[in-house]
Amino acid sequence: MSGPQNASEPIPGTHLFDGNAAAKGFELNAMCYSFNDAANRQAFLDDEEAYCAKFHLTPQQRKAVAERSVLGMIAAGGNIYYLAKLAGIFGLNVQDVGSMQTGVSVDNFKAMLLAQGAGQTYDEAHDAMIEKEKVHG
Amino acid sequence: MAEIVGAYFTSHVPAIGGAIHKGLQQEPYWKPFFDGYQKVHEWLAQVKPDVAIVFNNDHGLNFFLDKMPTFAVGAAAEYHNADEGWGLPLYKPFAGHTELSWHIINSLVEDEFDITTCQKMLVDHALSIPFELAWPDVSAWPVKIVPFAINTVQHPLPSAKRCLALGQAVNKALQSWTGDERIVIIGTGGLSHQLDGERAGYINREYDQFCMDNLSVDPAALTRDSVHEMVRKAGTQGVEVLNWIAARGALGVEAATEIHRNYHIPISNTAAATMLMEPA
Repeated sequence: MSGPQNASEPIPGTHLFDGNAAAKGFELNAMCYSFNDAANRQAFLDDEEAYCAKFHLTPQQRKAVAERSVLGMIAAGGNIYYLAKLAGIFGLNVQDVGSMQTGVSVDNFKAMLLAQGAGQTYDEAHDAMIEKEKVHG
Repeated sequence: MAEIVGAYFTSHVPAIGGAIHKGLQQEPYWKPFFDGYQKVHEWLAQVKPDVAIVFNNDHGLNFFLDKMPTFAVGAAAEYHNADEGWGLPLYKPFAGHTELSWHIINSLVEDEFDITTCQKMLVDHALSIPFELAWPDVSAWPVKIVPFAINTVQHPLPSAKRCLALGQAVNKALQSWTGDERIVIIGTGGLSHQLDGERAGYINREYDQFCMDNLSVDPAALTRDSVHEMVRKAGTQGVEVLNWIAARGALGVEAATEIHRNYHIPISNTAAATMLMEPA
């Protein structure tokens, strides 16, 4: 698709939730929106396959959900505000989700946030986080 | 004539609600953040507002992606919170000020803002948490509200310039309101943070500083970036600063006086900020 928005430089590590993503992700986001209701959260836990089928998830969306891949869900059009409701079913918060997307431990992800509070720039804190993850895992 | 007593800006990170619920305000992680609200409590006790115009964004509680208004204005007699899906406590309901809502709606449409009017609107943590922070010990909120929901979720988002203009048009509407209310303007969300993608955890102190330094004296400075550039600088969710810009517009076109600021990194994944301003 072409449009004036493509004139903007991409932002590294960032996936804008635009019309393309919203169209692509509609079914997945609709399922996640249903999780505002506790009965629906329980229905998902009781029979995930049937619940996903009810919302007509695309094969790409179903695979990402089965793999609990946040980046996979985003690639399949998931919006983070809706995905957070799915994450909540598993008791995951935004640091857990951050750790899953950056490929580091939750402790290292949290340390990266604290390092920015201590005055490091994002790039400094991020590079240190990746380095620490390589050394200590 | 109604009086605009000032504006209150605050982050609305969901985890704050959990911390309040568990009484963690004095824990080392939370204290530097909650300490920033002492001045807010004192100020509110002094200026005694009875109406709040609130600019915030829905996070998939009231609006789904089947219908996504750019600017939605509440015109309900009551606003309720509901289960957001991930274990937040349920928050108190809010009383609406329907007559003022319709006055603002009429004035905005007259001024060619094609807003969406909502006689029913659930409100989520983006509205409730700022109130929990401002009035921590009340059984019912001391103000009636007129809520605005700005689309900060699905691009294209309204430009910062348009959000500032919307706020200024709200200010114009308030100038022609003949009631004698004391009105506080509230802007919620931000500042810099990003929850999604490989850049999750991104925070930008320098940009936040720029926004806070200019918001009172030269809000137009915040409107020179495109939304895309704002996302680059503030993060995908940091773009919620659009709510602050609209709220600043509602305070009036003249330079405002900053009377309080607190800024703390991190609260959850966010650079948390609090500001108070009074009209010139």
